[in-house]
This record gives sequence, structure tokens and C-alpha cells, in this order.
Amino acid sequence: MEEIKQMIAPYNKLLLAGCGTCVTVCWAGGEKEVGILASQLRLARSAEGKEISILEATVERQCEKEMAAELKDKVGEVEAVLSLACGAGVQTMAELFEEKPIFPALNTAFIGMPEKEGLWVEMCGACGDCFLDRTGGICPMVRCAKGLLNGPCGGTRRGGKCEIDPEKDCAWVLIYRRLEKQGRLDLMRKYYPPKNFRAVKSPGRIQAVKA
Amino acid sequence: MRGEIVAFCCERSAYPAADLAGKGKLCYPDNLRVIRIPCAGRVDAIHILKAFEKGAAAVLVLGCEDGACHHITGNIRARERVRYCDMLLKEVGLDGGRVGMFNVAPNETHKFVRIVNEMNEKIKESGETK
Amino acid sequence: MAIPFREALKTKDFVVTAEAGPVKGSNVSKMVEHVGLLKDKVDALNVTDNQSSVMRYPSLGTCLLIRERGGEPVFQVTCRDRNRLAIQADILFAWSREVTNILCLTGDSIDVGDHKEAKPVFDLDSVQLIHLVHTLNSGKDMAGNDLDGDTDFCIGASATPSADPIEPQLIKVGKKLEAGVSFVQTQAVYELDELKRFMEFVRKVDGKVKVLAGIVPVIGAKMAGYMNENVPGIFVPQYIIDELAQTPKGQGVSKGIEIAARMIRQMKEERICDGVHIMFIGREERVPEILEAAGLA
Repeated sequence: MEEIKQMIAPYNKLLLAGCGTCVTVCWAGGEKEVGILASQLRLARSAEGKEISILEATVERQCEKEMAAELKDKVGEVEAVLSLACGAGVQTMAELFEEKPIFPALNTAFIGMPEKEGLWVEMCGACGDCFLDRTGGICPMVRCAKGLLNGPCGGTRRGGKCEIDPEKDCAWVLIYRRLEKQGRLDLMRKYYPPKNFRAVKSPGRIQAVKA
Repeated sequence: MRGEIVAFCCERSAYPAADLAGKGKLCYPDNLRVIRIPCAGRVDAIHILKAFEKGAAAVLVLGCEDGACHHITGNIRARERVRYCDMLLKEVGLDGGRVGMFNVAPNETHKFVRIVNEMNEKIKESGETK
Repeated sequence: MAIPFREALKTKDFVVTAEAGPVKGSNVSKMVEHVGLLKDKVDALNVTDNQSSVMRYPSLGTCLLIRERGGEPVFQVTCRDRNRLAIQADILFAWSREVTNILCLTGDSIDVGDHKEAKPVFDLDSVQLIHLVHTLNSGKDMAGNDLDGDTDFCIGASATPSADPIEPQLIKVGKKLEAGVSFVQTQAVYELDELKRFMEFVRKVDGKVKVLAGIVPVIGAKMAGYMNENVPGIFVPQYIIDELAQTPKGQGVSKGIEIAARMIRQMKEERICDGVHIMFIGREERVPEILEAAGLA
């Protein structure tokens, strides 16, 4: 909250822009969260004895230019935009509305899924060189704290928990159990040479070819 | 709504209690605004925040006692949302304790009045009422 | 002048190595003292590489200090802080300065250390590192280019015999043995049954590799608890914690040494393994006592 307040400190008329897809699903930046944050920021300003005018709007996907463009009129009315989308959405807005400061309200952390209600876990690191075929469908890049291809490391805690967090499972113990269930432990016994970390060079760019 | 205590009252418990308090000529502060709702669980974080935006000094959410909620878990959800709201308010520097969840039975008029008076004392101390 | 570690592994009945932990800073005087104290009492002296992810004077630097004084260093290399280019370069430098023994490790995670916001590298893992050293030994680099001047390292790996579950760990150890190592230095061992089980597995895969059981003296019940919680790969069993809890104040270190020596004697007498690797970081000056008490002096 402190970081957000600092970002918007010089401005008195803002648009809070939400996104209806990923950030809605993980309860971080959808219409509801826009409403709550807008309310909090008004209360915060008012507690300082000052005013702020906040418009609220949510589009279906902020990372798609046509959809983000729907916000054109509202963006025109304000001094700055606080986007509750992921990093891709924030940057799409920034590209469309180049003269307007666009600020990120969120820290985009990972591609994940809900393990249970309200608990999201990292599943994919978008490394561009998928290994899931060799590990029974468990990603060693992001679910192993060290990203090992020949795991586990020697730091696994008792009971198969990760060196860095007793709440986290050691990915390689999970991989072992999954492959054992499928009778494919030979995959784990194989030596895997060093990863190609430049499979998709930064900045990533993929051109689809129409058939 | 400057300086008011906004009380979201479940129509099966707190609202009748408030009503009876009035009928029984029990005294409660004149800055109380009662809002009747079908269940404490109907109150969402945004309703509480909006009340503060409009100038409320405190917000009470009053529902049925544990196990008595007509909608089974409405009062439990309300409690969690109030806790969440307290955190949202603290995030923007508004001191805690200005929103609270309480359980009353429909005939607990004295309890209702006590809850309102206690919250009123609290906000008077922090200088929020006019 | 110590005999090359490679030779000691081949010829000695019970190999003994110890560990020196580098200083946090540029003042090497205490390290030089420890090196002087230990270099002639052990077959090789390991130097840790930013151990527990705490930034310290580099392993390679300390290895040079050992070499300058006629000792046999084991250069510990982790994959946490350097990518494949930096690692290959460091290894070539090591060879050029007569550092001929290398221990290939993955490395503790950044989170257990004192620079918790650093970017972890892990471009390679320990198995890939072992393969890398073999590649350099054969006169090529990882990209397949010919080297002007190859290497001939004596390669080692680590293992955790007390891992739970043990099966994934054994698969990993199997890959290290298949990659080809001359020695294995294990994490701390406290249960000899676990060590025996581990040795059975190793012998099935590789009859020639020398296994040196890790010895970490525990000097107090509280320390044991701390290590169990915070130090990766170490599990001090309850019976040792109890023995320490009953030890009078001020005698913790002696007790720890006594327990360690007891274990070493048993390992030697029953020929459970090929030697020991003693890690008494922070108390390197007490290592000779352990050697005495264990009959290895």
C-alpha cells in the first residue's frame, strides 16, 4: 500500500483499471478489487485532509489492445492510471496511452493454479523449453527451488520437504513418486545435460504462422 | 453520514433487538444509523468501506448467534469479512477497532444498546464524532 | 609435502580429510593458521564455497594458500553463484595453480544465507558439473571447443545417506557415480545403519569409488536442534541430543568430540566405509583432538 500511495502521490484524478481475466481469477485485480482499492485510496487521502477523484473501470483483458482501448475516454479524463492487471496488461496500457503515467498496482509473480480456495501455487516459469514429459508432469524449473534437472539436491528435509521451506514439497520427491506410480523411474535415472536457458531469447517474441 | 455509527443489522436478530430497544425506551446514541439486511453475511467489504467513505465514524455488523444463522454460515462469513476490512483500514492508516462484528439474539435489547454505547465511547475518545 | 590426494585414495586403508571454512573478509591470517595446523595431519583439506550461502573469501583463494604451503586442497565448487562460463574459467585457473582435486556440489539455496535477495544462478547442477569436469579433462569445453591446455582433475561428489525419503537421493547418487567420480564425501552421518545401507547401494554401482563418511561433531542439544531446523542435509538423531542434554555445562565440545571419535573408530574397525571427512567449521583448531581420540593421528 505504501508503494502505491507513493506512486500516486502527485495526482488528484486517477483511473483504477481492472482486468477481467487472470487477476480476477486470483482475486487480485478484478472489478471487486478495483472497488476496494479505490475506496481505500479515497479514505487514505481524506485522512490526510486532501481530496482525490478516482474513476473505476474493468475490461475483459487488459493485455489485448482492442479491449484496453475501450478505456480511451476515461483515460483522457484523468492525470494517471493505476492498473490492477498483470505486467503484460500494465505495459499494453502504457503503450496505448503513451502520454499518461501508468502505474502497476500488483507485483506479477508467476503462472499458477489454485491448489485450494485462495491458495495459488506456481506451476510454470515460461522457460520456453518444456521438460514436463520427462518428469511425470511436474515442472522442475519452478517447483524445485534450485531448478534442478537432475534432482533432488542433498538439502531435502525429512519427509520430502524442500530445503527452503518446510511447507513446500521437494519437487523431485514428487517426481519420484509420480514416476514410480507410472513405472517410469528410468526417466529419473537418465542423465539430463545442462538446460538451454536461451531457448526463447529475451525479449521473447513468437510469430504465429497461419496455415 | 458524518460521525455516525452505521449498524448493519440482520433482520432476524439485531434488527428486532434494535426495534425493541426503541420500544422499551432504552437510550442509545442519536448518531446511530441502523441498516436492515437479510443476513449479516450480506455485508461485503465494499459496503463497509463505502460507509467510511461517506463519513461514518464506525461500522457495526450485527448478526445471529453462532449456530442460529438462518442461512447457516452467514454470520461466520460476516465475521471473516469484518476481520478482512479491519486489515484494509489499517493498510491506509486508519486505526483498528472502528469496525466490529457482534452476535445478538432478537430479544437482547440491552446487549445491543451496550454494543452501540461501547463503540460510541471508543470513537469519542479518538475524536471522531462531531 | 603431502602426497597427491589421488594417490592417497588408491593406497591408504582409511582416508582422512577435513574442512577449512574461509574467513568473512580479506584477513587470511587465521585461515593460514588452520591450514598450517591441519595440512600434514590429513590426506586432503577441503575448502568450502560460500558455505550455507554466506558470502566468504573464495574457496579457490584458500586452495592456493594451502598449495603454497605444500598441502593438498580439495576445491569445492557450487552451482549457486556462477554460470557455466565462470565455472569453467575458475576450474582452468585452479588447474594452472596445481589445485587438482575438485568436489562438485549443487550448493545450498540463497535463502539459508546472509544475502537473501541475491539472484540464484544454478545454471548447472552437481551431476552436470561432474560431466563438465570430465569434459575439460578430455581437452574440450562445454561448447565443444578444443582447449589449449586440458586438465586432469580428481573428481568428487557429495551425498546425503540420511535423506528421507532415501530412494530419490540414491537415484541422484547413482547418476553421480555413473558420471564417474573418484571419491564421495557425505553429509554428516550419525546413524551407522544408514551408512551401511548407503554403502551397499554404492558398491553395487561402483566398486572402486572411495566413500568418506561426513563427521560433524555436535556440541550441544540446542545446536543440534538449530542444525536440524536450519542446516540443509543434517539430521541429528534424538539419542545424540539426549546424550548432549545430559552433559554438564562447559563440556559440550569435549562430548561432541568424544561422540565423533567413537563413531570414527567404529567405522574404521568394522570397515564400513573408506574413510572420514571431518567438518568442524569454526573450531578447526580442535580437529587434531578428534584425530587423536579416533586413533588416526
